[in-house]
Amino acid sequence: MTDALGAWRARVRRAGGDTAVGAAIAAGAMAALALFLVTAYFVTLFVIGIGAVALPVVTKGVRRLCNLNRRAAGRVGVPVAVPYRPQPREFEKDIVGWMRRRQWILTDPATWRDLLWLLLDTAVGTVGLLPAAVLCYALEGFVVGAGLWRPLLDANGTGWWYCFITVDSRPSALLALAAASGLLLAWPWTGRPALKAHAYFTRFLLGPTENTVLASRVRHLAETRTTALDTQAAELRRIERDLHDGAQARLVSLGFTLGAVERNMDRKPEEARRLLREARESSVLALRELRDLVRGIHPPVLAERGLADAVRALGIDSPLQVAVETDVPGGLPAPVESAMYFSVSELLTNALKHSGADRVEIELRHGQDVLYARVADDGRGGADAGRGTGLHGIRRRLAAFDGTLDISSPVGGPTVTKMEIPCALSSPKTSSS
Amino acid sequence: MRVVLAEDLFLLRQGLIQLLEAYDFEVVAAVDNGRDLSAALAEHRPDIAIVDVRLPPTFTTEGLQAALQARRDMPGLPILVLSQNVEQMYARELLADGTGGIGYLLKDSVFDNDQFIDAVSRVAAGGTAMDPAVVARLMVSHARDEPLGALTARERHVLELMAEGCSNMAIAQRLSVSEGAAAKHISNIFAKLMLPQDSDSNRRVLAVLAYLNA
Repeated sequence: MTDALGAWRARVRRAGGDTAVGAAIAAGAMAALALFLVTAYFVTLFVIGIGAVALPVVTKGVRRLCNLNRRAAGRVGVPVAVPYRPQPREFEKDIVGWMRRRQWILTDPATWRDLLWLLLDTAVGTVGLLPAAVLCYALEGFVVGAGLWRPLLDANGTGWWYCFITVDSRPSALLALAAASGLLLAWPWTGRPALKAHAYFTRFLLGPTENTVLASRVRHLAETRTTALDTQAAELRRIERDLHDGAQARLVSLGFTLGAVERNMDRKPEEARRLLREARESSVLALRELRDLVRGIHPPVLAERGLADAVRALGIDSPLQVAVETDVPGGLPAPVESAMYFSVSELLTNALKHSGADRVEIELRHGQDVLYARVADDGRGGADAGRGTGLHGIRRRLAAFDGTLDISSPVGGPTVTKMEIPCALSSPKTSSS
Repeated sequence: MRVVLAEDLFLLRQGLIQLLEAYDFEVVAAVDNGRDLSAALAEHRPDIAIVDVRLPPTFTTEGLQAALQARRDMPGLPILVLSQNVEQMYARELLADGTGGIGYLLKDSVFDNDQFIDAVSRVAAGGTAMDPAVVARLMVSHARDEPLGALTARERHVLELMAEGCSNMAIAQRLSVSEGAAAKHISNIFAKLMLPQDSDSNRRVLAVLAYLNA
């Protein structure tokens, strides 16, 4: 019983919301008419200047109204993505930038679709009024049926006409009350269909077209490609610098030392022996630096054993207690393995440096063409993906493969990070690299 | 002493042969890939195998796999593994059977001829030789553990040398102290880590490694 009552209460509350939103949509339709006229006016006048001045402001208003309608559509289960082209990073402050801003607006097909929507919505938008209208009409029936019909009859000389009923007597008043009750009962069912119908109309014109979907995909790819190339170039520069300042410099000094040994060999054998020892130490240092460099480029254990063992090796090397669980077949693309390895490594470093955790769990799986990793620690949490450069770096690294990072780190912990990279298995590699 | 050598770089292979022969080792076979290594080990049953981790044809851990397999076939076969880099994971796998006769060194360690030859002899005699880099990483991964924190700086140093495989005498020499002083440090360490005392130096080293590998 209480369940049924609760369901009713929820339904009425929802109907109330729908009625309000519907009314807002209808009000928006009025605004749409005004906006359409204004926009059309300014676009027409674009050539003579005045339109060009006002265009961005007007467009801003149009887009705001359209976005509100998109949100209203989303509310009733018809999600509508925003199709506008992203604004270029910055417009110049001079006339060129001024013109480019107008060009950006005018060349976006979504601008024109907005305009068409505005025009049609002045009519279609009124559908939003349906629930409010039903509600008001029901209220009128109650008021008239309850007694207002008498003074109305006296004043007009004829009965008040309500819902095919001429209310001029007690029985017809009762009939009007019954009709009003029926309408009131029907009211909760009027909101959804009306709003849904409007939502589909909105999606038809305000949603992204296939072209814009493709265009935004291309844009995304271009962006991630640029970051990937930038990262790669920066990495190469770092390697070059490390080699230049490290191993290369050591080898130069080694050559010097050996030259000195050659000079001193006969005259000062003791000195020569000391220099030789120095040369040997220098070569050990050069090797150590090369080793560290290689570890940063492509860790040997990853090359030798694959991702699962490489992550396990990370766990063994960490001072934290690391439990690693893996279910990863061979044959993952090497760049994906590498990206995942360095991401896990970075997260492990974060856990050690910032979280104060004792235990870390790492889970690594591959299924349905997705490589999935989960890194959870028992630390104090509070990691912020927006702030740390480390997490940002991981995002960038993964984005090059359309991968994603999802972090949950409430203050007080625990921190749980999930990463996914879509990737299909290639045939197991047999060649060396 | 008879040695089987597996190293794919020609220069390093020749250098090792020269070095070993200069110290009166007999290199009965020097091979450059994993398959030949297995065959040579089965054929010659040497006193020690010196093996590079990465060998053709896969250039992954061919040498390590061949060495581990050979040790399963010939229990107690002393193996000294050389590598460009050290991994704790590989150290664990090598030490897994809990017996001695295992060495795991960076290739650079060859530069110090005396110490390298010392390590070869030690491994051939059933002892262990762990690269300081392996030991350092073992110590790092235990940095947060309680018992290790209780050791003094000197005792930690002694522990590191033990983990590398040094005998009491070698430790005493490296630290320039008397053998008695070294022995005292060692018994202190064993007490603090709650490890069973043992008079046999090899078994003691293995206990330390097992402890660090846990």
